[in-house]
Amino acid sequence: MSKRGFMDHALVQLTLMRMREFIREPEALFWSMIFPLALAAGLGIAFRNRPPEVLKIAAVTPRLTEALRQEKQLDVMQLPPQLAEQFVRTGKVALAAEPAADGTVVYRYDDTNPEGRQARMLADQAIQRAAGRQDPIAGRDQIMREPGSRYIDFLIPGLIGMGIMGNSIWGMGFSIVDARRKKLMKRIVATPMPKHYYLLSFLLWRMILLPVDVGVPLAFGALVFDVPLRGSFVALAAACVLASLCFSAVGLLLASRVRTIEAVSGLMNVVMVPMWILSGVFFSSQRFPDLVQPLIKALPLTAVIDALRANMLQGSGLAQVAPQAGVLGAWLVVCFGFALRLFRWR
Amino acid sequence: MPPSQTKTALRVRNLRKAFKDVVAVDGVDLEVRSGECFGLLGPNGAGKTTTIEICEGLTAADSGEVEVLGLRWSSDASTLRQKLGIQLQETQLAEKLTVFETLSLFRSFFLQGPGAEEAIRMVQLEEKRGARVGALSGGQKQRLALACALVGDPDLLFLDEPTTGLDPQARRQLWELIEEFKAAGRTILLTTHYMEEAERLCDRVAIMDHGKIMTQGTPRELIAGIGVEHVVEFSAGSNALDMDRVRGVAGVRDVRSENGSVLLQVTELHRAVPALLEELGRQSVPLTELRTHSATLEDVFVHLTGRHLRDE
Repeated sequence: MSKRGFMDHALVQLTLMRMREFIREPEALFWSMIFPLALAAGLGIAFRNRPPEVLKIAAVTPRLTEALRQEKQLDVMQLPPQLAEQFVRTGKVALAAEPAADGTVVYRYDDTNPEGRQARMLADQAIQRAAGRQDPIAGRDQIMREPGSRYIDFLIPGLIGMGIMGNSIWGMGFSIVDARRKKLMKRIVATPMPKHYYLLSFLLWRMILLPVDVGVPLAFGALVFDVPLRGSFVALAAACVLASLCFSAVGLLLASRVRTIEAVSGLMNVVMVPMWILSGVFFSSQRFPDLVQPLIKALPLTAVIDALRANMLQGSGLAQVAPQAGVLGAWLVVCFGFALRLFRWR
Repeated sequence: MPPSQTKTALRVRNLRKAFKDVVAVDGVDLEVRSGECFGLLGPNGAGKTTTIEICEGLTAADSGEVEVLGLRWSSDASTLRQKLGIQLQETQLAEKLTVFETLSLFRSFFLQGPGAEEAIRMVQLEEKRGARVGALSGGQKQRLALACALVGDPDLLFLDEPTTGLDPQARRQLWELIEEFKAAGRTILLTTHYMEEAERLCDRVAIMDHGKIMTQGTPRELIAGIGVEHVVEFSAGSNALDMDRVRGVAGVRDVRSENGSVLLQVTELHRAVPALLEELGRQSVPLTELRTHSATLEDVFVHLTGRHLRDE
């Protein structure tokens, strides 16, 4: 008999099976890697901080045009009255200014459109100033456009947290139920394999995949959108590992008895969808009523995302995210404990 | 083969198992000797799979004793797992893995046994070594499942319905493999609802129905036990036949009509057939059809239960 090497170890072979099943499933690769990136890119572009917007307006006389062009936030074109009115109606300009017979100025705009109201304010201010109005108090602007306070900075930690949750819960839930449904699990426990190896191989594979799960959106955010990484790398890695273990335990619990893919998909959605909404992936969870805030804070996804945001955006260390780590640890212990009690090998 | 301490590979006594209110196994006694191929034959739902899975340590019995290779599941499970080769009914192996990868995986669970390459050779899957499991035919998948059962060099091989769902050619191929294992002296317990399979492969057979063993012995003993060696079936069209005189033909033990044919159970074919032809000649009855077959385990099952094996 030949000597047994590293590759002949049952745990290595089981982990290799996880890896092969994953990389040979193109859909899994797409949903867990490419889709979150596309989402981040799309949202990053949609909510990017644009330069201050210039409003297009129309004026019908050279004098009005001249006066309005003093305001830098307005892009003024001179048009004959009929055309100006038509442009307002079709939304090509936000407002049209024309002189009336009695010396007043008529502003044509849609008051339900914020751009129209803003144009009305800016145009009137320009015309009044051109006519000699003096402002009693002068104002000075100080512009704040730092990385770390933009939407994309808020979004990337949310997407990383969501990715860890989704990949861990799906990775455990789907594979376990699929193996049980096909009786592959029953076949494997009919061998001398130590049973804990089977579960350990899932965790090993998750840990191998975690740097990719986290690294891809993190690198994407940092390189494309200059999302800051202010906290320590060790604290970030620790938070991600704890989160991945916690959600793997949740996935194990959800998959502990179920025999069909449909049933486990339903269970996973029941668990994950509320967290997507409540835990502040896309918008701050502070928007929910105060009454439900303690509940939201107790959700594992909220804990991960809060810890990631604190680390990346505020540079918090391990000590400051201890409450979040506590929440994750509690979910991990409780779910894993129940999963081991409930788990069925067939 | 490592020498076995006992001559009995498997001993089952008064085994019982009920699922909710269905009694799947109802007082089964079995003894499989080292080196023999023992068959559990019965229709679907007879309790064969439950019985074999209790022996494999996958299902707990409600009561009764199971001794495998002189060991018990309650105290020696990890030793036993190393010594058994198991093929389950309807296992789907991981479709994304190749044949070689699947066998390397299964081999890694055992302390000793043939390597993946050798196991591939044993089941003649060399050409499919690098093929994904999902791309294999039904017969190839069954052979791979068999190879997975062999990688631990088992002292006892459990095969649950190894050829169910296969086409005749794939079935024969698998039979040849199992015959090779038999020739190599392996002990095998297999379940089947194909009487040809049991007759061809098994040294001894237990016929099971409704959770009970109806009878057991060598196929030859069981067939001889119903007192009939051959069945002669003939048809005389619409002609009138004096049945009493047919009954009197030498060597005929029983006469029965079924769907316009006459079935004779006979002991000595070489005497009964000429005598029958002579008698029909005397009655001037023309023969439109004549068939004979040797009694089979199917006839034993019909004799015991009044039903055919494939009825369910």
